[in-house]
Amino acid sequence: MITGVGIISALGRGWKPNAVGFREGRVAFRPVQLFDVSRQRVRVAAEVDLPADLPDSKLSRRSAVRLDRATRLLLLAAHEAWAQSGWTPSEDLPLVLGTTSGGMNLGQALYRQAISTAHSHKGQATRVMEYQPQLQALKLANAFGFSGPITIIANACASGANAIGHAFELLRHGHAERVLTGGYEALSHLLFAGFDSLQALSPTQCRPFDARRDGLGLGEGAAILCLETLECARRRDGHILGEIVGYGASTDAHHLTQPHPNGEAAFASMTAACASAGIRPDQVGYLNAHGTGTPLNDSAEAAAINRWAGSASRNLRVSSTKSSIGHLLGAAGAVEFVACLMALRGQWLPPTSTLETPDSTCNFPIVRRPADADFDYALTNSFGFGGANATLIMRRWS
Amino acid sequence: MSAVFVSGIGAVSPGGWGVAALRDTVRKGKPLPVKTVTRPGWPHPLRQLSVPPLSSRPAFMAHPRLRRSSPIAQYAVGAALEALGLDKERVNSGSLRLGVIFCAMAGCVTYSRRFYDEILKDPATASPMIFPETVFNAPASHLAALLGSTGINYTLVGDPGTFLQGLALGAHWLHRNTVDGCLVVAAEELDWLVAEAFHLFDRGTVVSDGAGAVYLTCVPNGQAEVELKSVTDPCLFANGKTRLVAAQRVRNALTHPNGSKSLLCDGVQGSPRQDRDEIAAWADWPGDRLSPKKSCGEALTAAAAWQCVSACDAIARGEYSTATISVLGPNQQAIAAQFIRSNPVEPRCL
Repeated sequence: MITGVGIISALGRGWKPNAVGFREGRVAFRPVQLFDVSRQRVRVAAEVDLPADLPDSKLSRRSAVRLDRATRLLLLAAHEAWAQSGWTPSEDLPLVLGTTSGGMNLGQALYRQAISTAHSHKGQATRVMEYQPQLQALKLANAFGFSGPITIIANACASGANAIGHAFELLRHGHAERVLTGGYEALSHLLFAGFDSLQALSPTQCRPFDARRDGLGLGEGAAILCLETLECARRRDGHILGEIVGYGASTDAHHLTQPHPNGEAAFASMTAACASAGIRPDQVGYLNAHGTGTPLNDSAEAAAINRWAGSASRNLRVSSTKSSIGHLLGAAGAVEFVACLMALRGQWLPPTSTLETPDSTCNFPIVRRPADADFDYALTNSFGFGGANATLIMRRWS
Repeated sequence: MSAVFVSGIGAVSPGGWGVAALRDTVRKGKPLPVKTVTRPGWPHPLRQLSVPPLSSRPAFMAHPRLRRSSPIAQYAVGAALEALGLDKERVNSGSLRLGVIFCAMAGCVTYSRRFYDEILKDPATASPMIFPETVFNAPASHLAALLGSTGINYTLVGDPGTFLQGLALGAHWLHRNTVDGCLVVAAEELDWLVAEAFHLFDRGTVVSDGAGAVYLTCVPNGQAEVELKSVTDPCLFANGKTRLVAAQRVRNALTHPNGSKSLLCDGVQGSPRQDRDEIAAWADWPGDRLSPKKSCGEALTAAAAWQCVSACDAIARGEYSTATISVLGPNQQAIAAQFIRSNPVEPRCL
């Protein structure tokens, strides 16, 4: 059961601005301000406006002031989720997080100083420590006063979905009663230049499933979920927002950065998630695609959806919210999961508002405009570099 | 935890490629000769131990994915293939569902540094060949591609105790029948940036690199007869708990097997500052001790894997009936595991 949700993206901080933005299909890209992009092919991203201060927590003021961008995103999302759930700290609360690059901005600063002023170690020890994802997770534990096993899954762009899936399995198999989980990612020059070097970034606009799509747009953000068993939620009278019912994961061994053209692993991931949930594809009312907007990803994913849904694909409503907030890499799976939850609770469909001409390979209707809908199950796909594929299915709670 | 067996082990270390090389190095009990690495703009060399090159190029390096891969991926694959043994063919043919859990702390640091260096010079010409190799899960992806494995594949990031968490996760996957076998691999690679990072905290630490792998199944292979008995819950250095407190809690969570010849494979490396808390927590250990890091250096998650590999090797060779692994990481957690010698029986975890 999902009893707490926190989200921060380029659409804003918290449930409401994100729900409004996703529902309208608002596009949140803007010129990059965080680092110099004058030598890049592409110069826009979906940056987050971070508040100057963090909410009160058990972190000391000194510690809070020194937090890097990624940890700030993580803590802001976690604060909203924690407050909504009404949880209290304990010594046995597992934390499962997904990220691709952790505190990469600190790592970059570490290297810049190391080569520019080799004899000065000022601040370097702090950078060495705090760029590591486990230190960011420890900051989160310290901020809320809990402890428990920390698992950090770095499965590239599927990390956030894998983290939620792993947390779901901990609960389903009786290894825990509660799990704090989600994903986070901050934009960094290394990531931006990396995707630009691959010519994976769109020089025009991110248009998932468009016949003339030409790349993805990068974003940043975080989403954190408080998950617990039904018994635990009922015992403490927790407010249930929704239910995770299925998780599937698979590996695409085709290429380090390209999916198999037929979407074999995506098909396997969705099939496994349906088996885990005990539902058929025709019961899924909305599918939030990985839908990066790159030619190769979207055609492979479309092929997988067509095959997986079969005749049900004609009525399967699909969209990619990456048109609004960009590709959040390690946070993408978690943030898109929350977008699905918002849609499921509000009974609306988030559009891919930048779509102009749907790719003819898509047998399914792509949601292009804000719409209301009546559905009980939503599915979200996340696929990553290295062939990490993950699918999550959630059910409306009533 | 019901029965999960160690059906294979593999290692790549400064002692050489293979478990035998690790065993020979660790049993000698003497530190390998330290080499030095220079870094730009710094006149003082940094100390390190590195994996020796192979006399001939291993066959797996001919795979298209591995030709341009970084050392961390090559070490990971080398250790994994040794651990997997003949089951490699079963994975390739699709008759064995393999799970892969790859663990790292510093990760793909060499290519990350190289790529960022190119960005600083001119991002417009940064190499698209290097960037994909900077991603944490690149080694796990290469391994899956080499094996033709399409099953579940996680890359876990954290301090050295993450390898033991990986063992516990692998055991869970086996219990749930998600996989038929699970490779738990840890690997790290050297770079002057890593050596300098350690230098900032403790000049006595000798950093090293390599990999270790443990192959878990529900069915004993009839030779090793080593069982993963338990993995403790990790104890975090959080909310005021120090490394010493965490180490003591983990120590107290384990009971010493009565009347059996038992081995402690610890993470002591010969650096008083780093070793102090672990030595104090395990001061009452009554049995023998083995400390791979004293010989092979500090290789983070790979060193934790060497501890497990050394312990399993000692049990498989009939030298001990039980072995305990203590891992006290630098900045996250304390954790421990126990392996035992087990008589082969029918599979119990399905």
